[in-house]
Amino acid sequence: MLQYTLKRLVVTFFVILVVSLVSFMLIRVSGDPAIALAGEGATQQEIEYVRHHYGFDRPLIIQYVDWAKKALQGDLGESPYFNEPVLKMIRERIGVTMTLGVSALLFALFVSIPLGVLASIRPNTWIDRVALTISVMGQAMPSFWFGLIMIIFFGVTLRWLPISGSGSPAHYVMPTIALGYYATPAFMRLIRSGMLEVLSSDHIRTARAKGLRWGKILYKHALRNAIIPVVALAAVQLGFMLGGSIVIESVFALHGIGYLAWVSIGRSDLPVVQAIILLLSMIYVVLTFLGDLLNAFLDPRIRVR
Amino acid sequence: MSDAATHPGPNGAVAPDEGLGRQVVFPTPGQVMRMRMRHHKGFIFGAVFVLAIFLMAVFAPMLTSYNPYTQHLSHRLVPPVWDAKGTWKHPLGTDNLGRDYLSRLVYGSRVSLLIGFSCMLIAMVIGTLLGMSAGYFGGKVDMLVGFIITVRLALPAVLVAVAVVALIGGSMQVVILVLGCLIWDRFAVVLRTSTQQVCSMDYVDAARAAGCSTLRIMFREILPNLFNNLMVIATLEIGRAILLEAALSFLGMGVQPPTPSWGLMISEGKEYMLFQPYLITVPGVALFILVLGMNLLGDGLRDVTAPEGQA
Repeated sequence: MLQYTLKRLVVTFFVILVVSLVSFMLIRVSGDPAIALAGEGATQQEIEYVRHHYGFDRPLIIQYVDWAKKALQGDLGESPYFNEPVLKMIRERIGVTMTLGVSALLFALFVSIPLGVLASIRPNTWIDRVALTISVMGQAMPSFWFGLIMIIFFGVTLRWLPISGSGSPAHYVMPTIALGYYATPAFMRLIRSGMLEVLSSDHIRTARAKGLRWGKILYKHALRNAIIPVVALAAVQLGFMLGGSIVIESVFALHGIGYLAWVSIGRSDLPVVQAIILLLSMIYVVLTFLGDLLNAFLDPRIRVR
Repeated sequence: MSDAATHPGPNGAVAPDEGLGRQVVFPTPGQVMRMRMRHHKGFIFGAVFVLAIFLMAVFAPMLTSYNPYTQHLSHRLVPPVWDAKGTWKHPLGTDNLGRDYLSRLVYGSRVSLLIGFSCMLIAMVIGTLLGMSAGYFGGKVDMLVGFIITVRLALPAVLVAVAVVALIGGSMQVVILVLGCLIWDRFAVVLRTSTQQVCSMDYVDAARAAGCSTLRIMFREILPNLFNNLMVIATLEIGRAILLEAALSFLGMGVQPPTPSWGLMISEGKEYMLFQPYLITVPGVALFILVLGMNLLGDGLRDVTAPEGQA
């Protein structure tokens, strides 16, 4: 277990290093940050001043090392638009995004586990078809459009829920559903196929032959086995949802880091954009690392690989 | 046929059955596949949806007499035909600039299909090269490709795409290039595993023993056997690319106005959606049907092309 952990830790470290380099380069190579920062109608002189002032005239690799060194010390630079430290701006908003991501994940699990289990114990019946329909629709529906439709229906027509902002738990209901629905199909398929596999195995037959209650068999013998791969997927999906929350946050005007990233991209506020991309990738890498560890802990077969 | 008859077995087309004194005809793999296609409901629905939208894109000028770019400021926000005030003159109404919504929808299918298909092609080239070399060479190459895949998955795709497209400047070419370079991960992951499987086949060993070059083995012996897998992922990836393009355009960092892109139409209609909900329901339903069709087609292809017993 220790060896496995160490091996994964080294890989995780290199992934973070390369991800930070790639995201830095992508942003820098895509456009001239000096022109973007100086704004429209800036003279050549002003652009040159901005370029020199922010150090954009140095070689890219030196800029990267400089940026990475500061980032390691917790200094992600300053937003030229707000004249505020980027770290402070992110810290104020990350709570909203985290709340949204975690509640969307819980929603997805809450829907997919019962449906997946039901579909697996009654395969090829109406309940299996309902589960399949829900999952197929979730994968084809644009999440932002689903959000807008919910706003029209639940927010405006029925007036049940607030349509924008993050003031109360009620504000999170629609964004959670819109974001969580997209992740539901993946969970449901995994649970259904996992359960089908476990239910046809010998130890379930033995448990039934012993005369154990069916509910107990399902929960203690089958679901516990089928849920193991879901742990790793949950970590991955949470990472994807945090990254994808940019769309949902802009639909519902939730002021999390996704919204901040969107607004900052529009303003060419590069330090903020860079910091958010780095942060989200790091969260994803750490989550998958934890997911893998938890998986190996739950399932000893993985450790030997 | 006479050649096949000398090799009896389920894979040949014809096998003599001497016990009955007549020939028993086994279906060829192609016939099995076509038979499965006809009985697979998801595949048929998917094929019909995709074909319908494809035909809509090809015959766009015949379906509508309006230009999708022409504005009529005196005919703004005309309601669609199912509304009490709607007329057949504009079956889907007009948008906030008086452009006929049906013709924008019809021409928008061209944008979605073009972007989806081109992104998929770029992603397929990148993903196939990475996945096949990982599966074929194994060892260090495999580790390196695995690492590249992990790095790609760690980057938040939507955010990176939005940022890069915004910085370079939104246009169809930029969107295609950026998305194509971001969504190759599934190609790489799947092809890596299936290349490993194909590599253990006897005919690959035979080709090696016959002294074929690595390139020849990879492209003439292995690649044709990955074709089914490639088609399945390609179909699913077109759907994913279309959804991503819509999200990008919705955020205002994708295809730029006045191009009729479905995502952009939803974004433009958002302001008026409370009183003219058709402005967002119509392009949204179109997107839903196209992506649903692609996904059903992809899942169906996977089922019908699966080897015996796995369907």
